[in-house]
Amino acid sequence: MSDSHRKKSGISRRTFIKGLGLSSLGAATLSGEGLKGTLRGTGLLPEERIVPADGTEATFLVNGRKRKVRIEPRTTLAEVLRHRFGLTGTKLGCGRGACGACTVLLDGKAVSSCMTLAIDAAGVPVETIEGLQAKDGTLHPLQEAFIEHDAMQCGFCTSGMIMSGKALLDINPAPDEQEIRESVSGNLCRCGTYPHVFEAIQAAGSKSGIRKTK
Amino acid sequence: MKTAVGKPMPYLDARRKVTGQAKYTDDFRFSNMLHVRFLRSPLAHARIKKIDISGAENWPGVQAIAIGPDIPEAFGILPISPDETAMAVDKVRFIGEIVAAVAAESEQSAAEAVKLIEVEYEPLPSVVNPQQALEKSDVASLIHRHGKNGTNIHKIAELRFNEPEKAIKASAVRRNAKFKFAGVTHAFTEPHATVAVWNQDDTLTVISATQVPHYLHRTLSKVLNLPMHKINVKKPALGGGFGGKSDPFPHELITAYLAVKTQRPVKCRFSREEVFLNNHGRHPTEMEISLGCDKNGKLTGMDADIVIDGGAYASFGVVTTYYNGVLLQGPYRIDPFGFTTKRVYTNKPQCGAMRGHGAVNPRYAFETVLDMLAEDLKMDPCDLRMKNFLPENTLTVGQLRITSNGVADCLKAVRKKSGWDKRHGKLPYGRGLGVACGFYISGSALPIIWNRNPQTVVHAKLDFDGRVVMLSGASDIGQGSDTMIAQIASEVLGISLDRIQVEAADTRLTPVDLGSYSSRVTFMVGNASKQAAEKLRDEIAKAVSKEKKVPLEKITFKNGMVNAGDDLRISWDEAVEIAMAGRGAFVESGFYISPKLGGNFKGAGAGLSPSYSFGAFISEVEVDPKTGMVRVVKIWGAHDCGKAINPLAVEGQIEGCIHMGLGQALSEELRYHDGQIINANFTDYRIPTTLDTPQMDITIVESNDAEGPFGAKEAGEGPIHPVLPSIGNAIYDAVGVRMFELPITSDKVLGKIKEKDN
Repeated sequence: MSDSHRKKSGISRRTFIKGLGLSSLGAATLSGEGLKGTLRGTGLLPEERIVPADGTEATFLVNGRKRKVRIEPRTTLAEVLRHRFGLTGTKLGCGRGACGACTVLLDGKAVSSCMTLAIDAAGVPVETIEGLQAKDGTLHPLQEAFIEHDAMQCGFCTSGMIMSGKALLDINPAPDEQEIRESVSGNLCRCGTYPHVFEAIQAAGSKSGIRKTK
Repeated sequence: MKTAVGKPMPYLDARRKVTGQAKYTDDFRFSNMLHVRFLRSPLAHARIKKIDISGAENWPGVQAIAIGPDIPEAFGILPISPDETAMAVDKVRFIGEIVAAVAAESEQSAAEAVKLIEVEYEPLPSVVNPQQALEKSDVASLIHRHGKNGTNIHKIAELRFNEPEKAIKASAVRRNAKFKFAGVTHAFTEPHATVAVWNQDDTLTVISATQVPHYLHRTLSKVLNLPMHKINVKKPALGGGFGGKSDPFPHELITAYLAVKTQRPVKCRFSREEVFLNNHGRHPTEMEISLGCDKNGKLTGMDADIVIDGGAYASFGVVTTYYNGVLLQGPYRIDPFGFTTKRVYTNKPQCGAMRGHGAVNPRYAFETVLDMLAEDLKMDPCDLRMKNFLPENTLTVGQLRITSNGVADCLKAVRKKSGWDKRHGKLPYGRGLGVACGFYISGSALPIIWNRNPQTVVHAKLDFDGRVVMLSGASDIGQGSDTMIAQIASEVLGISLDRIQVEAADTRLTPVDLGSYSSRVTFMVGNASKQAAEKLRDEIAKAVSKEKKVPLEKITFKNGMVNAGDDLRISWDEAVEIAMAGRGAFVESGFYISPKLGGNFKGAGAGLSPSYSFGAFISEVEVDPKTGMVRVVKIWGAHDCGKAINPLAVEGQIEGCIHMGLGQALSEELRYHDGQIINANFTDYRIPTTLDTPQMDITIVESNDAEGPFGAKEAGEGPIHPVLPSIGNAIYDAVGVRMFELPITSDKVLGKIKEKDN
């Protein structure tokens, strides 16, 4: 990522570490007591995120709304979104992070919600397809462009595709086709609408006023 | 107002889909709902000695358990081959077959309980490859008792016209080649799911990810022994089908059974691995094909010997068996023509219908051998094809009735756009162009279940509010059929699309449509929609004529107005008010029945369609001679769909065919080890991603079919056929090797290059 992108996306060291998710914060990176001390009490330390077998209460920040829900250790973010919050726009296509249908933004970064443990998303801003529309119902430029460019057939991959597109446009509002191809390469569309998806993302990017949710 | 037919229209449900509001089966939740998990067979072929469910019954949350003998009624999509039961009865025939089902308060509870079911099996010898299946077998190895002459052959289809062997032998130029095609699967992104609800009025509602609500309706009735009028099947938003949701499935029957049994809502949803185990994909195929022509390139005969591996059950297999042969009768004229196809049972998940059903593999073989003939003749492959195309309005040798035919225009278009004449055979080593053509049915002329009913009925309902509701049983599976219906009604009635609402695929409300398979919907449902809308229009016109005293024949409907030349100009709403007077809301119906077609011989019904689509594709590839890696750079595709009612949707279908054809050509393959699928996930079963997608140049050719709605024919399946052989032929142009085995992986290409260089 270039520096200009970094500035645009406003990624700080802190959000970067948060964005990594706790599961990827290995012991090695936390060996210094200094860093541990800094993180203590933030809920970012692995030991502070252990969910007891009988579950725990966790607070989620989904589409700007705070919600508390009881989760079990195995609960994934996708399950919380779909089954607990009724946000069924996030789809489950494979359960293994291979199809991208469940893509949501976790602190601005596209992740497979089926592969993200719910506890790792607790307290971190989560954005789903349902959060893209403005309060007055206005569609996000990406949503408009997906309609205009017929970038869907069955629509099952569409939510994830749009969220991956948003993760890209938020840091790179004028991507070229290759950048778009790479950014949505983890989103499978079996209807084969890829060429229309490229057009839609490009068109949305070139429209002014990409709405930053952060 | 936009006129509707022929204009690119985003789908009616596009806004719902981009906002995440479209509801797919798994998005439905009901209070007090139970969840189902299945116990599946770990063995490819075994007798079930005993099933002990006592441990599972006592697991917390478990409400009901079902095993094979609870629902033993045999079923199958084709009434001629009902060889399947909802769960295994007596024996299992493939790894992954459902043996038992648990309905519990949570999915987790059901999954835990499933582990406590104990099954005692007596293993039987398993048959996992077609060669074994063709041989005479001991009784224990017979997968079904009805295997032909003591083998595991399920079906033999054979047609022969004008002594093809003799004709080929006498041909000036002839070629013969053997091909092998791996099995591939639909890989739609939405896993199978079903929710069944037992209603308080003693009716059953089944919400399911299905392409064929009507056949599911019939099968539920048969297997659950419930009258059809007590069953409602609803298809909600559906995440892709491609043929893989066009059989009634065990999980649908079991879920419904458990809902009846517990009188509670019950949901089942598949994991991705279960989707792979369910399969019903394209048959693994081995075939030998011989083709002859005279010295001017006129085709003189074709003969093919084909074996398709059906897996453990029949599915659409009898049709597939015929399609592998009969759909080689076009787009070229070949009079001495013959084939034999054998479909065998093996102990693997069953194969069935998949996009381009039955014709994709033989098309690859045919077009490859055709290219070899062109080379022998030192003739341009496009020229050879042009010489042999069937004309319009003709019969093929097996009496398929060809009406409109734009294949020559398709080939001319891609030939010109790709710069073929300047580039084919002249590109640097490692880069090449290949061509292929194809044709496909626009709906099967014969319904699966023989009766005197139309193949589809559409109701157009008008009420005081001026809205028209089109009621159709057709399943929109992402191909845009709802939008197509609305466009047609809008065109006929001269009102904007926002006046029209489509209510589809709910068997309680919508008249019977046979479903979204065999590329029948635009042609058949389109015709019925047009007729229903026309009848509605005529009723309104009659009322207006009478009330306003204007001649009936002068009345027109356009731009939301009803006019009679200069004598009358009233709004649609006014006209509706006049039409409502003294009678209120009314409904008009349109229907479609295929004309009687075909010859008088056994097998004459296979491949009959009221019209056929045509196409020609050219692919450009880059082959790395050091690694054998093939990259498809660009594909020019031209498809004759008669008339593009919605050019956006047609373009999307052609692109989708390129995607799926590309995958089968280069990377997709269901791999088995002793009957066990070993790549039942999206990391190992590799469908093309955005990074594999070539540039595409799509041409829509409109031949205006005389019987199609506004001239339309199919576009959803036909375009896949030329994709694969155009890639194979391009590889030959690039590096001079012929690929006879799919998928064309780099190891195979490299092997061939090395073989050639030595």
